[in-house]
Amino acid sequence: MGTSPAGVAGVRMRGFERLPWRRIILVVLGIAIVLVVGIGAWKTLSLNGAEGGYSGAAWRDFVVEGVSQGAIYAMIALGYSLVYGILRMINFAHGEVFMAGAFGSYFFADAYEKSGFLDRDPVLALLIITGVAIAVSVGTAALLERLAYRPLRHAPRLVPLITAIGASLFLQNVFRGFFGPQPYGYPKPHILTGGTTILGVAMTRVQLLVIVVAVLSMVALQLFVARTTTGRSMRAVAQDSEIASLMGINVDRVIVITFVIGGILAGIAGVLFSLTFGQVQFTMGFRPGIAAFTAAVLGGIGSIGGAALGGFLIGLLRAVGPPLILTGFGIPSVFSVRDAFVFLVLVLVLVFRPGGLLGSGEAEKV
Amino acid sequence: MRKPRWFAVVTLLGALSLVAAGCAEEEGGGGGGGGGGGIDCATVEFGCVEVGPDDPINIGVSQVISGADATLGQDQVNGIELALDHRDGTFDGTDGTVLDHAVELTVEDDGCSAEGGQAAATALAADTSVVAVIGTSCSSGALGVADTILSEKGILLFSASNTNPALTAEGTHQPFYARTAHNDRIQGAIVAEFALGQDVGAKSAATIADESPYTQGLVAAFEQNFEAGGGTLTGSEQVNSEDTDFKAPLRSLAEGNPDVLYFPIFVAACTLVIKQAQEIMPDTTLIVSDGCLSSDTLKNAGADAKGVYASSPDIAASANPFYLNELVPAYKKEFNSAPLSVFHSHAYDAANILMDAIEAVAIQNEDGSLSIPRQALRDAVFATKDYEGSTGTFTCTPLGDCATDVTIGIFRAPGWPVEGGSPNAEAVYSDTKSLEDVL
Repeated sequence: MGTSPAGVAGVRMRGFERLPWRRIILVVLGIAIVLVVGIGAWKTLSLNGAEGGYSGAAWRDFVVEGVSQGAIYAMIALGYSLVYGILRMINFAHGEVFMAGAFGSYFFADAYEKSGFLDRDPVLALLIITGVAIAVSVGTAALLERLAYRPLRHAPRLVPLITAIGASLFLQNVFRGFFGPQPYGYPKPHILTGGTTILGVAMTRVQLLVIVVAVLSMVALQLFVARTTTGRSMRAVAQDSEIASLMGINVDRVIVITFVIGGILAGIAGVLFSLTFGQVQFTMGFRPGIAAFTAAVLGGIGSIGGAALGGFLIGLLRAVGPPLILTGFGIPSVFSVRDAFVFLVLVLVLVFRPGGLLGSGEAEKV
Repeated sequence: MRKPRWFAVVTLLGALSLVAAGCAEEEGGGGGGGGGGGIDCATVEFGCVEVGPDDPINIGVSQVISGADATLGQDQVNGIELALDHRDGTFDGTDGTVLDHAVELTVEDDGCSAEGGQAAATALAADTSVVAVIGTSCSSGALGVADTILSEKGILLFSASNTNPALTAEGTHQPFYARTAHNDRIQGAIVAEFALGQDVGAKSAATIADESPYTQGLVAAFEQNFEAGGGTLTGSEQVNSEDTDFKAPLRSLAEGNPDVLYFPIFVAACTLVIKQAQEIMPDTTLIVSDGCLSSDTLKNAGADAKGVYASSPDIAASANPFYLNELVPAYKKEFNSAPLSVFHSHAYDAANILMDAIEAVAIQNEDGSLSIPRQALRDAVFATKDYEGSTGTFTCTPLGDCATDVTIGIFRAPGWPVEGGSPNAEAVYSDTKSLEDVL
């Protein structure tokens, strides 16, 4: 008599435990998120101008701004993702590789503007400027690999991670030491001032250039990795570097090439970023670096398509997300929380897909 | 064998330290008794700073002297050094004395940040010879950080460039905090008055702040006064000072179609907002404040900066002949440059008010040493009334605001009073207000 209630409770408990709690929590969480987003968006869109609602033109501008900003994040994110794919290592100094390229090209851009060459032959001038940015970024990335990472290749995972953070601080301070803490104004050729309309969407010429160049570079990268011998050996090393080296692939060479490709993309992104904002400073790599790293994780780190998708998504989330979802709830100055918003989305994506959007679906042990 | 020997050493050390403590106590007690003045250093709250017969008086300085904002702090260190130089009546390169003691500065870098303010204040509070601290450079370093740490120890924190209203507001003011810098309630009010006035004739305004107390205080003061003056606020945004892409927030603010956009943020972000705002809201009048008033802004924003208004303390309007004919030439001679920012004069005045207060309250002992009671020193500074400073008159309120009448000028780019603009630019608008006049 005395034991039977406890026994019944025990049986009940076991049934209780057998329920798929993890799945139930996820489903409830998912429904709650969809509801919040849906209600917020619906409330925002039903506001009229006088109540703080946005016009159609404003939404178009938010999207264009998000896409062009996202294109730059995507190009930097590819650098993180490629290196991670090959070395299983987060190169936290990649933001500084981007900064170095932008800073290096500033001196040429400034000289060309003063001599008038920038406006006399803008295409050639921009090509040379971009070439310089690529050279500086590639040089920085290759030196990082050779001096900071290669000696530690067989050390435990945390060691190169800390080294990368140290290298990032080192590079920032080198640039501050040489060029001072103040921002420098980056010139923009006249051909890039003003706006244009593409398929009925108004955008500035710089935004158009950013989107076109970014998409072209990413297509070129995809072709390189998919079609060339070097690209194939990169994929082989990413799958298993030991077996790849047994197959006669020079792993060191592949790793250097990976850093070089990351550097090329970072250099181009540096010029696009500088043309967009017209200013370079020694701290400029930090925030885009963090945003791009987030993009790489969101898209699935190690995946090229994932990094590109993640970059565009982060850009869009920052520009469109806060006004769309938060304005409806009457939250003031919605853009103050745009970074928190991005990280919230990142956490939610990782809850449902631990490997990122286009990742393997498995949680990566970083 | 070992244990007894250790034990003996420890016992010996303990005994010695007891003797040393006994001696020190005796010395301190004797000194306080000898001076008179009705203050007994042994019993008075927060005690006294003891300055030995041949020791200098040590004044702490907490300023930003490295990084992007270094000119702000270095300018004030220069101002304080000039005050020491002029203590003997002339700018001759040799320092004067206070009660026959030399004055020495202990300079800590506060980095213009909350963390830096905490580190500098902790270091200075730990140094028992520090009489008082002149600083911090930025409101973020003082608010809830340096002002609290030093007030707990009874050390006066006297700032020449903190302008955030909360520092001297009822409820948040710390008892040992005072400043010669203006309160941004006045600056915000004058900017709002200018925006509503005939030069701009604005009916509506939008604002952008960043995460710093300086910009938030200014924006709040502006918004309050703008609405009280009959204007409409169409929106306000908060951004991060390290961000670069402000187009989306600007586009959102542009929906309200404001006549004026006020964004008193710092140089790097401010320049970017100027450029991006010219693209997104070309017809809106842009107004910034002294955090953005810099030659870097003019250089990097280029043509986009043209027509942007900036508010700042109007030194040219409030300066007296001494400042123009003696202090500025001495600054140029000693530091080989024109003044780096506008706060050296406030720092000069703060140092003098402080040294006067030390002379008033210090107990001169028979052996030539000084005992400076902390509480009395603070009270003497707070009792400052109608003090004729280099760029204005100071009367300290019970909440620590010493600059009671403040002249703020509005300058129109490229006519900003900085290098690269026109250093002798005249304000397009200038007004003087006292704290009682503003909300």
